[in-house]
Amino acid sequence: MSGLMAVFRKELADNFNSLRFIILSFLGYGAAILLTIFVAAQNIRSGVTETTQYIFLRLFTVSGDIQFFSFPVFMTFFIPIVGILMGFDAINGERATGNLSRLSSQPIYRDSIINGKFLAGLVTIAILVFSIVFLMGGIGLRMIGVPPNPDEILRLFTFIFVSIIYGGFWLALAILFSVLFNRIATSALASIAVWLFVFLFVSVIASLIAGAVIPIDQGASQALQVKQNEVAHTISLISPAVLYSESIRVLLIPSHPVMFVLSLYYTGLEPDPLSIGQSLLIAWPQMISLIALTALCFAGSYIKFMREEIRAT
Amino acid sequence: MGDRVVIETRELVKKYGNFVAVDKLNLSINEGEIFGFLGPNGAGKTTTLLMLLGLTEPTAGTAAICGYDSTREAIKVKRIAGYLPEKVGFYDDLTAVENLDYTASLNGLSRQAATTKIQEMLNVVGLSDMAEKKVGTFSHGMKQRLGIADVMIKEPKVALFDEPTAGIDPEGIEQVLELIQAMGRQKVTVVLSSHQLHHVQKICTRVGILSKGHLVAQGSIDELGREKLAGGKVRIEVQVAEPSGKLVKLVEKVKGVTGVETRGDLLLISCEKDLRRQIAKAAAECDSLIVQMKMEEYGLDEIYMKYFREK
Repeated sequence: MSGLMAVFRKELADNFNSLRFIILSFLGYGAAILLTIFVAAQNIRSGVTETTQYIFLRLFTVSGDIQFFSFPVFMTFFIPIVGILMGFDAINGERATGNLSRLSSQPIYRDSIINGKFLAGLVTIAILVFSIVFLMGGIGLRMIGVPPNPDEILRLFTFIFVSIIYGGFWLALAILFSVLFNRIATSALASIAVWLFVFLFVSVIASLIAGAVIPIDQGASQALQVKQNEVAHTISLISPAVLYSESIRVLLIPSHPVMFVLSLYYTGLEPDPLSIGQSLLIAWPQMISLIALTALCFAGSYIKFMREEIRAT
Repeated sequence: MGDRVVIETRELVKKYGNFVAVDKLNLSINEGEIFGFLGPNGAGKTTTLLMLLGLTEPTAGTAAICGYDSTREAIKVKRIAGYLPEKVGFYDDLTAVENLDYTASLNGLSRQAATTKIQEMLNVVGLSDMAEKKVGTFSHGMKQRLGIADVMIKEPKVALFDEPTAGIDPEGIEQVLELIQAMGRQKVTVVLSSHQLHHVQKICTRVGILSKGHLVAQGSIDELGREKLAGGKVRIEVQVAEPSGKLVKLVEKVKGVTGVETRGDLLLISCEKDLRRQIAKAAAECDSLIVQMKMEEYGLDEIYMKYFREK
């Protein structure tokens, strides 16, 4: 246990002193400030008549004139980068510098090394996510002057929790590659490749497969169309980014996602919001899948690392 | 030097696929010995050290340090055994003190104990004025000395050094060897592997020669040399002013001499024991002037070459 704590403390200190963390925090805080001031707060001010419910939460979801750029979208892209940067050289970096054999000849269990590194990375991500959310909340509170209600606070904390797990997945994936590949450049590229694949190709591949499974001709019924979309959606759920963005959308937008669309379409009004329990129930499968993916990645790197032969060269 | 066996291996085998790295190695090293592992690259030196430390699992057989099984009680073994890998590395962006501090905390030393211990060790290895410098600026020799400090932080009973003198300048080598010798004086049992023979010769009390995983010979350097090069005999080299047949005959008659060979003005005499006095007497009898006379000393180089030429 003391070994784990020693590794954890050292890695955490390393993370905070590293240049990459400084760059990441600048990026994160910069985007947070920008999003709140120029996008969310101004939009909420002008559109305050739309609704009176959950105004504080809107700080985190409303996008400005650029439809794509909202806080959830930013986090979906940003967190993977944090996770990858914290983990891509975790093990092979130690090996390359010749520290690994020295480290593993110390009287600690070998898993302390990988556990300590994972924990330190996770805590780093947690601190980053927490501070970004609090920064936005603080600035937003000053600008709109509407305090959050308990339900909103609960939702925000759940959002932070899910974000940390999402970061944990990318961290575990990066550590897995750092165990699998001996060269730092290879593991970094592999992580980036998965990141690109998840963001660019999963949706394309999902719709391609769905199109092949359920072909649609010109005169196809609407039911068939819906079915094809469903298949594509199911396939795209292998992507942790989809899992994450779906679960945080449910958490940050209190209305039921389907009801929201229907109600807006037919009445032009937002439906009544769900309670946090109901929202959690909707997001539950996605959240569990995300946790499972993270556990799977970490277990893989753990097993590989424990069986690894540690040689000086 | 104690007679307590500190390091023991029994029928230790390590296979990588079909390749046998270490083959039925039996070894026992006593407390306070400085044992040198010799052998060409790929002879299984590093593998043996790693198995002793429990970093690599043996295919068969056992290795034990101070009675603890290296595989099953690896943590206990690592608590009393320090290891300096061949390409030792430190965190380049941390200072010497910070690096040692990490090792101390991994060994469960208290803050206070660690601070004094680190200062002490840096003094011993002569790096105290570099204490607050980042290790990235260190030369290879300095890193090696820092590595020795790193090993000594945990006050080990056993220290394993893998190629401690590889790749550093002569002055650095001298310092490293002295430090290792000092550890031996403090009752630390040292095992070091090397293929730089004269370094080993200088400090080791005993050597073992490994070849293709087999321990082909072990013993002190004198023993090994006598056994191998002279067939268990002593060789005496005499340089005389004018060699004569008479002198050769007289020497041959000395009891215990088994052979005389002339090579220019040199007489190479093999005998069963140290017969220098008798030989000098024989030379005096025939009025030959002895320029110099010496017992042949067996260098590790010769022993080593002899072993591997025979293969």
